[in-house]
Amino acid sequence: MTKLSINNKFYEIDVQDDMPLLWAIRDIVGLTGTKFGCGVAQCGACSILIDGRLTKSCSMPVAYGVGKEILTIEGTTQNLEYLREAWFDGNVPQCGYCQSGQLIAATSLLDKIENPTDKDIDDAMSSNICRCGTYSRIRKAIHKAVALKNQN
Amino acid sequence: MSKIQQINRRDFVKFFGLASTGIILGCNVSSNKKEFLPQVDGMFTPNLFVQIQRDGNITLIASRSEMGQGIKTSLASAIADELEADWQYITVKQATGNAKYGNQNTDGSRSVRTILEPMRKMGAASKMMLITAAAKKWNVAESVCKAENHYIINSNSGDKIFFGDLVDEAAEVAIPADENIKLKKVEDFKYIGKDLKSVDLKDFTDGTATYGIDFRIPNLKFAAIARCPVTYGTVKSFDSTDAEKVAGVEKVIKLNKMDPPIGQFFGALGGVAVIANNTWSAFQGKLELDIEWNYGENHSFNSDEYKKRLTQRVHQKAKLVPGKKGDVFTAFEEADKIVEATYHVPFLTHAPMEVPNATAWFQENKIEVWAPLQDPQTARAELAHFFEISLENITINVTMLGGGFGRKSKSDFVVEAVALSKEMGTPVQVVWTREDDIKHGFYHSTSAQYLKGSLDKNGNVSGWLQRLAMPSIASIFKPLSDYATGSELNQGFTNNPYNLTNFRLENAKAEAHVRIGWMRSVINIHSGFGNNSFVDELANAANVDPVQFHLGLIGKDRVIQGKSEHPYNSKRMKDVLIKTSQMANWGRTLPENHGLGVAIQYSFYSYVATIVEVAVIDDKVKVKNTWTTIDCGLVLNKDNVKNQLEGSVFFGMSLAMYGKISTTEGAVEQNNFFDYQMTRMKDAPNIHIHIMDKMNEKPTGVGEAGVPVIAPAICNAIFNATGKRVRSLPLVDAGMV
Ligand code: FES
Ligand code: FES
Repeated sequence: MTKLSINNKFYEIDVQDDMPLLWAIRDIVGLTGTKFGCGVAQCGACSILIDGRLTKSCSMPVAYGVGKEILTIEGTTQNLEYLREAWFDGNVPQCGYCQSGQLIAATSLLDKIENPTDKDIDDAMSSNICRCGTYSRIRKAIHKAVALKNQN
Repeated sequence: MSKIQQINRRDFVKFFGLASTGIILGCNVSSNKKEFLPQVDGMFTPNLFVQIQRDGNITLIASRSEMGQGIKTSLASAIADELEADWQYITVKQATGNAKYGNQNTDGSRSVRTILEPMRKMGAASKMMLITAAAKKWNVAESVCKAENHYIINSNSGDKIFFGDLVDEAAEVAIPADENIKLKKVEDFKYIGKDLKSVDLKDFTDGTATYGIDFRIPNLKFAAIARCPVTYGTVKSFDSTDAEKVAGVEKVIKLNKMDPPIGQFFGALGGVAVIANNTWSAFQGKLELDIEWNYGENHSFNSDEYKKRLTQRVHQKAKLVPGKKGDVFTAFEEADKIVEATYHVPFLTHAPMEVPNATAWFQENKIEVWAPLQDPQTARAELAHFFEISLENITINVTMLGGGFGRKSKSDFVVEAVALSKEMGTPVQVVWTREDDIKHGFYHSTSAQYLKGSLDKNGNVSGWLQRLAMPSIASIFKPLSDYATGSELNQGFTNNPYNLTNFRLENAKAEAHVRIGWMRSVINIHSGFGNNSFVDELANAANVDPVQFHLGLIGKDRVIQGKSEHPYNSKRMKDVLIKTSQMANWGRTLPENHGLGVAIQYSFYSYVATIVEVAVIDDKVKVKNTWTTIDCGLVLNKDNVKNQLEGSVFFGMSLAMYGKISTTEGAVEQNNFFDYQMTRMKDAPNIHIHIMDKMNEKPTGVGEAGVPVIAPAICNAIFNATGKRVRSLPLVDAGMV
């Protein structure tokens, strides 16, 4: 049995150790908000935070997550909440499929840099593909989330 | 559009699982001829519904797939406006793929165009029924009552009744006759044409949005399929010993290739399927398969050689396309200047973020499917054909789509899932890997184009000869379809927006060796690239400013009626160009190494002009700014149109900069996003969008119309910056990325 702590909840699952976290989370745990996009660390759709660190879950085995705290899009943090609000405000998504990964990557950015510049956003968000092309809105929403945070 | 009718309550419960209280109206919108399905004669087959319940909640059942074009939101706005409803009470549901619910195809930017009016009428009819019910209750004339924000108001007394409290009485009222239904005036719109937020926002941001790949059902098995690297090749033999050793793998099944009957459907490629109790094990098992293939006749297909072959063909006389004007050859003889150029667009693929996938459950004589589909009805008819199950016993549930771009209107992945479920006796979810998606697509066609133009002494275009060679989409439906079809040519070639006196279009042979399919903007990508690049070359030869040159070529104000309800209006074309040039401040002095390029396109009946500003430093191009103006007639949801056009910039940039599918020995060379690249945040320019205020014109396409201009505008901007002309996409091949 493998024990995972996801969004402050414990899950005991029976999987082979080399299964990527992505599939353990989606198919075994049953949290499908984390998405499959490429399977080879190229698109960021599968982004999660492990002990606060941005991780592409398609490319890390389930064993790596054991004993650590995992945050997926189903979870919540303060920064993620500000970002959600900003995403609403800017009507960011189109098909929405990449947005779990985008929000997680943006959360990690705000965790690290309080008030990111456009350059910081370029650097932090360029490993997430949005085929629908919502990049401009994502950029604006990240700035907006910072503004929302500063208001409070 | 058929009449609006009350819906049989029992059917309503049966098909939608919704309570049958309140007002339930439906109507049928038949949109196009592409329909493969017989509609039962004389039977009322609604595909649009509205239900108003006692608690005031209004449910819309939309027959279109949601895939990011915000269709649901747009339709909700139309009905809410006419009904004077409060936006918060509205939810939108997706109809299942059942013959009863009309055409559900979401291709061709058609959705808003075809269902707007019926949606509005249903809203207006419901409002009239509520008013009739209220007037009766108060015993006043109907003219005294008006609807406002989910209430009917008695203008004499000031009394008001909540919509929900009127539905039982209103349900008894006869539906107003079509000719008595009055629609609101444009200036009275409350939601239509305003910025509205997507109705799915919450689900998109907390992980609860359920796409096809997220669908779960008890005892679900997961399947990955190894397909022949060469299109239409088959399995000779295979060894699954190692695959079966992978933990989680339950079975390995050979899937036969399914050839569709001529003229319809997509069939399935066949291959070897690995079934497991989770997706990962299926993927791993697939990698362990040892398969020998019969590669078949496409084995020798090499896309580089093919490009040379098409190029030779467009450099020779080809088949004349009807619609010739004047005599280009005399014009060439009398010309002051001649300009010639050859352009290339490679094969491209859709690569929606959510890979093709489908869940199917085959039980005795019935099939149920859950899949992200753009065209569930064709899928349903296709299943009926291949599995010999009657249509009534096939249900298709359309999930959310993680992008479609045309890929998800081809139902091969559904056929695969059903075939495997039939073998397994359990529900099966087929999931394509990204590599499967890149290597086994329905590719956007490649093309070679040759253009020859002449300028007279005054610098006007006196002759325009264009030759195109492009494998046709028709090739997937009919063998030996070796030429672009009339409807393909009518996407910017035969109907270009220019006023040409001497015009000749020729069509050269191009055999298909991979599956060709429509992708967002379809043939307009070829015509947009060829036409706009060439106009820029002509402008340069004439030594005239490209915007002025374009305006001259579009020519005097004229309206060409054509066959559709959307005539081409040259003034609207010029207006978007003028507006865009103002936004971009065209003609200004640019920073060093910067250039501006312009492109226009008339597609999906919409008028688009784009100007791009690039910086080219050390031969590498960076897109700095884009300005786009669209005239797409009446706009339902302004912010959604903006979002679509922003997305179009990135879609167009991806194909301009990186997009290329190539083959050697019949197999696609690209694998995943590292070699089939996409634009990313770091590539993002500043995007400026303007939507023309044309609320009194009919709505026309949005989702696809903004793409075709991007690549040529970038290339023209590169020329402006450097004097270097890129005639063959993508830019990465020219060493410019
Ligand atoms: S699925 Fe993990 S990066 Fe693409
Ligand atoms: S919103 Fe569709 S891929 Fe990003």
